[in-house]
Amino acid sequence: MSTTAETMETTRTVHLIIERQDSPESDPYTEEFVVPYRPGMNVIACLMEIQRNPRNKNGDPVAPVTWEMNCLEEICGACTMVINNRPRQACSALVDKLEQPIRIRPMRTFPVVRDLVVDRSRMFDALKKIKAWVPIDGTYDLGPGPRMSERDQQIAYELSRCFTCGACVEACPNVNDKNPFIGPFAISQARLFNMHPTGAMHKEDRLEALMGEGGIHECGNAQNCVQVCPKGIPLTTSIAAMNRQVTYHALGAWLRK
Amino acid sequence: MAVAQAAHKNREFLWRRLHTLSGVIPVGLFLLEHLFTNATALRGPAAFNDAVDAIQTLPLLHFIEFVFIFLPITYHGVFGLYVAFVSGYNANRFSFGRNILFVLQRVTGVITFVFIIFHLWTTRFSGNAPNYDMVHNLVSNPAYFWFMIIGVVAATFHFANGLWSFCIHWGITVGARAQRITAWVTMIVFVVLAGMGVASIIAFTHSA
Repeated sequence: MSTTAETMETTRTVHLIIERQDSPESDPYTEEFVVPYRPGMNVIACLMEIQRNPRNKNGDPVAPVTWEMNCLEEICGACTMVINNRPRQACSALVDKLEQPIRIRPMRTFPVVRDLVVDRSRMFDALKKIKAWVPIDGTYDLGPGPRMSERDQQIAYELSRCFTCGACVEACPNVNDKNPFIGPFAISQARLFNMHPTGAMHKEDRLEALMGEGGIHECGNAQNCVQVCPKGIPLTTSIAAMNRQVTYHALGAWLRK
Repeated sequence: MAVAQAAHKNREFLWRRLHTLSGVIPVGLFLLEHLFTNATALRGPAAFNDAVDAIQTLPLLHFIEFVFIFLPITYHGVFGLYVAFVSGYNANRFSFGRNILFVLQRVTGVITFVFIIFHLWTTRFSGNAPNYDMVHNLVSNPAYFWFMIIGVVAATFHFANGLWSFCIHWGITVGARAQRITAWVTMIVFVVLAGMGVASIIAFTHSA
C-alpha cells in the first residue's frame, strides 16, 4: 500500500507555463515545463528544478529560466512575479495551494531584464523623491529623538513592513506608459516617515514631492494595491491620510503667501 | 533649493484637484438642481412650467449659466477625457469590485460627456422655448427616450461614485471603514437620483 503511494508521489508532476524573454529588447514567448512534484514545494523549488534539468515539456534542452530571489521567507520581495494572474512572492507561493497549470510571468509594469527578472529602479527613485528616510547625520551627536506614542508605533510598524516588492505597482491601473504615477507604496512610505517625530521635521519636503510630477493626485482609487499587498499594509488608508495632509499643506501654503 | 523646487513644480496637482472639486461644486450641485426641477413634471405640466419660469426670471441668468455651469462642465468634461485616457484598465486581470467601479466611473464619464452635448443641442440650443411641450416632443421619440434614460443613469452613477472618490481625494474619508460606509451611502444616492431621473423622463411622455 505504502509503495503504491510512493510511486504515485514520484510520478506526480507540476505543470508550469512561463512567459519568457531573452533580453530587454526581445519579444516575449511562452514555454511549458513539467517538473516532478515534491510535498510542500513552492514556485522557487519548481524553478530550481528547471535549473537543474533545463528541458521544456517536450524534452528539448532550453536555457534555464532566470529569476531573482534572496530571503525565501517573504521578507525581501526579490522573487515577486505574477503567478496565476496575481503579483506575489514565488517563495510563499505553495504549489499545493495553486491551480495547475501554474502560469508565471514577470511584472510587466517594470522593464523586463530577462525572463522573470525585472528592473525595479523606479521604485527606489520614487523613495528618493519622497525622501523615505529620517535624516540624522550631522557634525555632532544630536542625542536621542523624541519618543513616539505606543499607538503611532503600532501604525508605523504596519507601514514599515513594506519591502518594495512591487506588487502594488504591478496591480495599479494608473501606473502605465501614459502616467508617471510613483505608485501606492511610496505614498505609504511618505506617511511612515511623516509620522516619525524626527522624520516629521522634513514633512513639507515629502508633501511637496507628493504634489509634484507623478504624485498622489495620479491615484484613481481603483484600490487594487491594498488587495494584492502581501503584507496587508493599509495602502488606501495611507493614500487618503496623505491626501488629507497634502490638502492642508496646499491650502495652508496658498493662504500664507 | 525650495525656490528652485517651487519653480519646477508642475501644475498637474492643481488641475487634478480642480477637476475633482468642479465635479461636486458646482457641476454636482447643478445636477441635483436640474433633477429636482425635472421632477416637478411628476406633478404635471403646469408645475414644471412654473419651475422653469422661476429659473428664467433669475437675475443675471446668462452670467450664472456661463460661469457656474458652462465653464465648470467644460473643464470637468474635457479634463475628464484626458484622465480617462491616461488611466490604465486592468479589470480583466484584477476583477475586484472597486477596480470595476474605477472602470465604470470612466466609462460613465465619457457617456455623460457625449450625452450632455447632444442633450444641450436638442434643448438649450435648439431654439425652442424651454417648456413641458418641448421635452414631451423629444421623449415621444423612443430612441431619444432611451438615450435620455442611459444618459440619466450614467450621469447619476458618475456623480454618486465620484462623490465617494472626492471624499478620498480631499482626505475626508481616511479609514477603510469610513470609505466602505461612504461607498454604501453614495450607491444609495445613485439609486435614488437615477430613480428620480427615470421617473421624471417617464412623466414627460404623458401629453400635456
